[in-house]
Amino acid sequence: MAEHKLGVEQREQWGTRAGFLMAAIGSAIGLGNIWRFPYIAYDNGGGAFLLPYLIALFTAGIPLLILEYTIGHRYRGAAPRAFLPLARPAQAIGWWQVAMCFVIATYYAVIIAWAVRYTGFAVGQQWGDDPETFLMSDFLQASDSPGMISSYVGGVAWPLIGVWVVTLVIVAFGIRRGVEKANKIFIPLLIVLFLILVVRALFLPGAATGLDALFSPDWAAITDGQVWIAAYGQIFFSLSVGFGIMITYASYLRRRADLTGSALVAGFANSSFELLAGIGVFATVGFMAVQSGIGVNDVVTDGIGLAFVAFPQIISTLPGGATLFGLLFFGCLVVAGVSSLISIVQVIVSSVQDRTGMRRGPAVAVVGGGTALASILLFPTKEGLYILDAADHFINQYGIALAGLVTVITVSWVLRKLGTLRDHANASSAVPLGRWWVITLSVITPIILGWMTWDSLRTELASNYEDYPTSFLLIAGWGVVIAVIVFAVVMTLIPWRRTAPDDEHFHLNTVETAETGRR
Amino acid sequence: MSTGAIIMLLVSITLVWGGLAASIIQLRRHPDPGPEPEPDGSE
Repeated sequence: MAEHKLGVEQREQWGTRAGFLMAAIGSAIGLGNIWRFPYIAYDNGGGAFLLPYLIALFTAGIPLLILEYTIGHRYRGAAPRAFLPLARPAQAIGWWQVAMCFVIATYYAVIIAWAVRYTGFAVGQQWGDDPETFLMSDFLQASDSPGMISSYVGGVAWPLIGVWVVTLVIVAFGIRRGVEKANKIFIPLLIVLFLILVVRALFLPGAATGLDALFSPDWAAITDGQVWIAAYGQIFFSLSVGFGIMITYASYLRRRADLTGSALVAGFANSSFELLAGIGVFATVGFMAVQSGIGVNDVVTDGIGLAFVAFPQIISTLPGGATLFGLLFFGCLVVAGVSSLISIVQVIVSSVQDRTGMRRGPAVAVVGGGTALASILLFPTKEGLYILDAADHFINQYGIALAGLVTVITVSWVLRKLGTLRDHANASSAVPLGRWWVITLSVITPIILGWMTWDSLRTELASNYEDYPTSFLLIAGWGVVIAVIVFAVVMTLIPWRRTAPDDEHFHLNTVETAETGRR
Repeated sequence: MSTGAIIMLLVSITLVWGGLAASIIQLRRHPDPGPEPEPDGSE
């Protein structure tokens, strides 16, 4: 194989810094911003939640973003190859993340496919008077109890195929012509559509009641440890850290790039969108509460229940423009979802390209196609909803969060590389990283992530998640968690055929250029 | 809306959206150096 291609190869690059930022923001802004943040904030102190939330953003979210950008930028590789020069066994973290991206991509695409169908259902509010029955029985045809696949549901399968075709075509066009161009359209589009939605929602009768529920501060909440876990959890999951996405995206940056400044913009942009979503969702929910004469707490929920049950119900009762409101809401879910799915698939494709030297086209066809196939075979089924729910819960709690914990401990305590990485980031960033960055990553983040994992593990052992049967959870939950770890170990044990570069020599060129440019 | 809620709404908007504006301004003040000799963006 052409060895010269590995060290200083012609790696693709983002066209502009704005293009990279759009892609990074598009990845961070996903379904969780729209359907998770509003409820989490409301449920954890309302207006008072802002305090732990902002502290979490500054002591975990942005420092982790900077860490991932720096690793990707310094070592110029997707997750596994970027960890390789840190220490050979550390590449296992990267493969772990790749395997998790594979799992998440398979079901994340399914939820986007639902949103695609609901964008259609919004015309004339085809979900009727009982959106819950419509979702579960008419649309998903979900079986009564969790289990393994029995039969397929065509209404989910064909939009799912569509979602995969669009995503893979974008990734196949490459970083600059595919991912960057798509996000330069998606992100402004998403913001404009969502702003129209929010403005409409704010003019609904009862909007103030909803906002009052969201922003009334319950200051006692900030003495509750669970509220702090919720704040750190929201920041962590919402920013797409721990997936290897930001490492992968940063590996396509130019040699001189402001990493810290970019992380600040991406972090604040993600939170800004969440806040906007909170305002939009609660204004809408307030309308419903006032119309039905019930409390906001009886209407509001999160996740699938909010998007596919509560919102359809509310849309059906709107005094006017119901179809437009539905199109905007589900259209936003689709756009936010696809821009995140692209980034998840990019991790898998880039990692395989780095590892095998495959060209982009074949890599997308084989790996992206394989991921799509797994998604299409498993999820548009009567049992798909349960498999999705279990896999999502377990891979987030014992995959993404745990990998985040292992990453910060490995980089800061085992390999002691934070100093090197800080110097690298400082060489090309306008805002210098000080000791606070090292402290957040070596002390605060490990404690919080460890606490989060321990806390959810305790709940897990007390009772089965969603009361699903143990046999089912052992496969769709724990089975998936263990399978991704086994995959990571196996991939690490297989030696890289091409000469693997060691830490300093590999990137001496890159680092020197950056540093001389600085001085 | 209660006074407490209005204050927290305004504080949230100011801090989060203000933070975004400030970080964008900060980044724009420090443009990255011009394009390097480009590797091909396509293949």
